[in-house]
Amino acid sequence: MITWIKGGEVVDPRLGTKKPQDIVIQKGRIEKILPPGNFNPTSDADLNIIDASGMVVTPGLIDMHVHFREPGEEYKETIATGSQAAAAGGFTAVACMPNTHPINDSRSVTEFILERARKANLVRVYPVAAISKGLKSEVLTEFGDLKQAGAVAVSDDGRPVTNSELMRRAIEYARFFHLPVISHCEDLDLSNKGVIHEGTISTRLGLQGIPAASEEIMVVRDILLAKLTGYPVHITHVSTEGSVRFIKRAKEEGIPVTAETAPHYFSLDHTAVIDFDSNAKMYPPLREPKDVEGIKRGLSQGVIDVIATDHAPHSPLEKDVEFDKAAFGIIGLETALPLTLALVKEGVMDLPTAIARLSYNSASILKIKGGIIEEGKEADLTIIDLNNEYLVEKESFKSKSHNSPFIGSRMKGKAILTMVGGRIVWECDELNPGSR
Amino acid sequence: MYRFDHKDLLGMDQLSVSDINMILDTADAFMEISSRDIKKVPTLRGKSVINFFYEPSTRTKASFEVAAKRLSADTISLSATESSMVKGETLIDTARNLQAMNPDIIILRHPSSGAPHLLARYVDAGVINAGDGMHEHPSQALLDLFTIRKKKGRIKGLRVVIIGDIAHSRVARSDIIGLRKMGAEVTISGPPTMIPVDAESLGVKVVFDPAKALKGKDVIMILRIQLERQSGVLFPSVREYSIVFGLNKEILKGAKKDVIIMHPGPINRGVEITGDLADGPFSVILDQVRNGVAIRMALLYLLIGGGRGDNLD
Repeated sequence: MITWIKGGEVVDPRLGTKKPQDIVIQKGRIEKILPPGNFNPTSDADLNIIDASGMVVTPGLIDMHVHFREPGEEYKETIATGSQAAAAGGFTAVACMPNTHPINDSRSVTEFILERARKANLVRVYPVAAISKGLKSEVLTEFGDLKQAGAVAVSDDGRPVTNSELMRRAIEYARFFHLPVISHCEDLDLSNKGVIHEGTISTRLGLQGIPAASEEIMVVRDILLAKLTGYPVHITHVSTEGSVRFIKRAKEEGIPVTAETAPHYFSLDHTAVIDFDSNAKMYPPLREPKDVEGIKRGLSQGVIDVIATDHAPHSPLEKDVEFDKAAFGIIGLETALPLTLALVKEGVMDLPTAIARLSYNSASILKIKGGIIEEGKEADLTIIDLNNEYLVEKESFKSKSHNSPFIGSRMKGKAILTMVGGRIVWECDELNPGSR
Repeated sequence: MYRFDHKDLLGMDQLSVSDINMILDTADAFMEISSRDIKKVPTLRGKSVINFFYEPSTRTKASFEVAAKRLSADTISLSATESSMVKGETLIDTARNLQAMNPDIIILRHPSSGAPHLLARYVDAGVINAGDGMHEHPSQALLDLFTIRKKKGRIKGLRVVIIGDIAHSRVARSDIIGLRKMGAEVTISGPPTMIPVDAESLGVKVVFDPAKALKGKDVIMILRIQLERQSGVLFPSVREYSIVFGLNKEILKGAKKDVIIMHPGPINRGVEITGDLADGPFSVILDQVRNGVAIRMALLYLLIGGGRGDNLD
């Protein structure tokens, strides 16, 4: 069977272009990319035509930071439901952080995750293994064995590697296996059991604050460790203007660091917490307007390479409780695309750059396939309707959880079709009626 | 036409100047009841009030209970140790169960900031915040405003200083909001480790040194140093605190001659205030307690419907 994606504008994040092109797919791969009107299928071909007129076609989006909660907390999310949420959000690949129960610090857990992903059979799932056994910052995990089992990177995400010597050795050791190192930057002593950003809102609400310095101190430490070891460190969920400035300077000095932020850090500030809304509680916390501007500047200047969701599902058991007792984290897979597109509309980035931050750059950092549209490559594609407007509703999430501060918000821009290896894994049925 | 139209009292933030005046005026009217031989009126007969305290409290709990009883409401008191919280029940489940008993008012004291807001979303009964975490303690602020108004004849234009652990104090937050709304000038004072970040955003002046901060002030509010916070991180020792930041006769000389000294209690004598000042002529600490009952009577009355002109009796 041949699939013909017809009439769309194809975004190439590598070249930074957007132009009308048709894409022909066969046996799961992109067979041809050609100017519109130039494809003449043979009459007897088994042909599936996807009308993408008025839409943009991008490489399948890649989210290098999700928590799928399996194994251990399947009531919040499973690899299957997380994959559905990913596909519905336009993502064709995700990287799962290791803080499951048990923690992904051994081959058996990595293999289990991959097995579950195969059963779900929707998007590509890449396990990220722990840096330290039990996320305890004491001893290293078996990077070699984990990589062989299928882990694509190492991270203690959810917790910082508190021991700087261990972090240094982790980076050095990861180098041997070409494994990317992803760092959750937080000084736990400075965070001091804080629950929101330390500033006017924490002062007003009498909630323990987490100062910006809690993140920035560790960002600087990890920049210095990248410099010391000469091996890249990827800094996850950057939330402060200060972190952006430190990373910018590091990059200017040629220190091998990359950085990622999440959509909520450029869409919301700490005032979202004012009614003690636990759906606005996450780590790092929502910061100040100047930080939101700093993050946007970082995205615009290329200091921040990646937008990832930090998709962190929690059930009402963890969220419908007193604010200081509520779990940290929000879901993000199904709102990341429109929130990023809002920045395109605002002029922060052009569309190809935004798509690069949502796909190509993550693939480069994780050294995984995807992020490009090229003849001969696997057909991982997302078709986006930039003009589709809708209300975010609790009931509409494919994720098992609905802990989102964006419920009730109006969004613009939607993935209407997601394709992994030539197979359609998500199709928005209300749209484009009669196209097939 | 002004109407007091609130179901809950969660914080000073929600109250307008008219609301505050209404509460203070109503408290004035209720003051007299407490001095009668038979301290009881039938105003809230048939109404039920649940006193729900997740944290230990003597003054506030007793004050609400006395207030409710003087208005003839039925009262039930629950504390954390006897509630299902120790059995692992969530606040929302507890709330639903209490609601099923159809009370008119639930008074909640809770260690988590925002807990009364959560409760109020799940019950039809009115909710009074009797202190939530480090957030607010509105009935304390109202009784403080009431005490100041009675002693000074006004609130507007007065110069007030609050000394102590502002960062961790719900009393300070509520007092600051209330005093600012009523037109007083507020200075906060204490060790920099106990002054919250961006404190000026609350509309106050910050002067760390109490001796300087209390100069020319009409009202001095002393906060209790929570000895359980004495981990050695916020201040090195009680001894040093009392020497550098405690209120004593010597530094009091800088204040106005007719200054009043307030303290929400319980007092650590010899720590944040010397015993002679706590018992001395400037102290209005026991007036605060007396006035507290009237303020809480006013709150129960107004929240149950008195302010909406319902026929209560």
